[in-house]
Amino acid sequence: MSTQLTVLAGVLLDENAELSLEDLCRACGVERMVLVEMVQEGLLEPVDVRLAPWRFQGDALRRARTALRLRRDLEVNFAGIAMILDLLDEIDDLETRLRRLEGRFE
Amino acid sequence: MKFKDYYEILGVSKDATEGEIKRAYRKLARKYHPDVSKESDAEARFKEVGEAYAVLKDPEKRVAYDQLGSGVHPGEDFTPPPDWGAGFEFSGGFGGDGAEQFSDFFESLFGGGGRRRSAGPGFHQGPGRDHHAKILISLEDSYQGATRTITLQVPTLTPDGHVQTRQRTLNVTIPKGIREGQVIRLAGQGAPGGAGQPAGDLYIEVAFQPHRLYRVDGRDIYLDLPITPWEAALGAKVKVPTLGGKVDLKIPRGAKSGQKLRLRGRGLPGKPAGDQYVVLEMVTPEPRTAEDEALFRKMAEQMPLNPRAVLEA
Repeated sequence: MSTQLTVLAGVLLDENAELSLEDLCRACGVERMVLVEMVQEGLLEPVDVRLAPWRFQGDALRRARTALRLRRDLEVNFAGIAMILDLLDEIDDLETRLRRLEGRFE
Repeated sequence: MKFKDYYEILGVSKDATEGEIKRAYRKLARKYHPDVSKESDAEARFKEVGEAYAVLKDPEKRVAYDQLGSGVHPGEDFTPPPDWGAGFEFSGGFGGDGAEQFSDFFESLFGGGGRRRSAGPGFHQGPGRDHHAKILISLEDSYQGATRTITLQVPTLTPDGHVQTRQRTLNVTIPKGIREGQVIRLAGQGAPGGAGQPAGDLYIEVAFQPHRLYRVDGRDIYLDLPITPWEAALGAKVKVPTLGGKVDLKIPRGAKSGQKLRLRGRGLPGKPAGDQYVVLEMVTPEPRTAEDEALFRKMAEQMPLNPRAVLEA
């Protein structure tokens, strides 16, 4: 067993970072058509959908990978996943608000 | 090695039909899917359920498992008999890329097919595959920026064609102001490519350890601040912890419990930086002596107050 030690500074994929369609395909391990389908279902939004080639904000990676896991594990289609992800976002927001308010009513 | 009762894990009887097994699996998969579930052990449960389903949905594996399992109790120490597997040929076909994480119990029965399958694409001829990892950091790491160590299990091919897992340790710079769920991309740190082909990238997703004092919402930080009734009534200047150290906070005269005060720019760094919100939480002193009690009664006399007036309309 060998150990390799390196200090690495990566690129932060925030809303200012952009990924190409190819980057996203490779990072997700899927063909273009899969991501095109996600865009058509409104699951992923390119920075400008009319502008080819598509570019995506950094946080699209996490959304796309979550969608692919849900599709693989639960066999939900992308339309269903788009709804699940929207609801999960809403739950996250509500839970954050709830935690913020909890202190007041304990 | 402990024997695993796959029927019990899925909550079905030994004579469950394929349909019953599938329904039970689906229900549990929805409940424990790590992307959806709020259960603390969701990931472990989901894996267990997936492993049970991989065996029970496959008629070959299920028959083999049933033969093996007769007379063994779950949790009992267990070693597969030496002639185990004779007469069965497992055709694989389970999983997806979660399959590499099945238990030793599974591996000893059905082999490391999943592990090899998932490692395989790392050695193909084209560009290397991208890899993904997660890292747990503290809020302070995000506030100040940091270097953190991450250990990855990397499948490698031995000269005789077997797959071995090698540990790889990387020191990664955590950019200042990174938020929960954000991803750091390390170019060329994924799987090696084929001859003359570039290596894949490594993507590291960041999660925060729960903090003793603070809650986080995007770049904003929330802190509950206990105050006394006299601080609330008369106003006060108190020391408040922030990620960047203690600061003075002015509590306004007549402050209320639950009131939110903002310390601009004291949240996670960024453009713009987040704020820290201090949520006031009034603590009522408990009268311990007769004098204490007299003081409260005096207050009641001196400052008559009907906080429930609004309820009496």
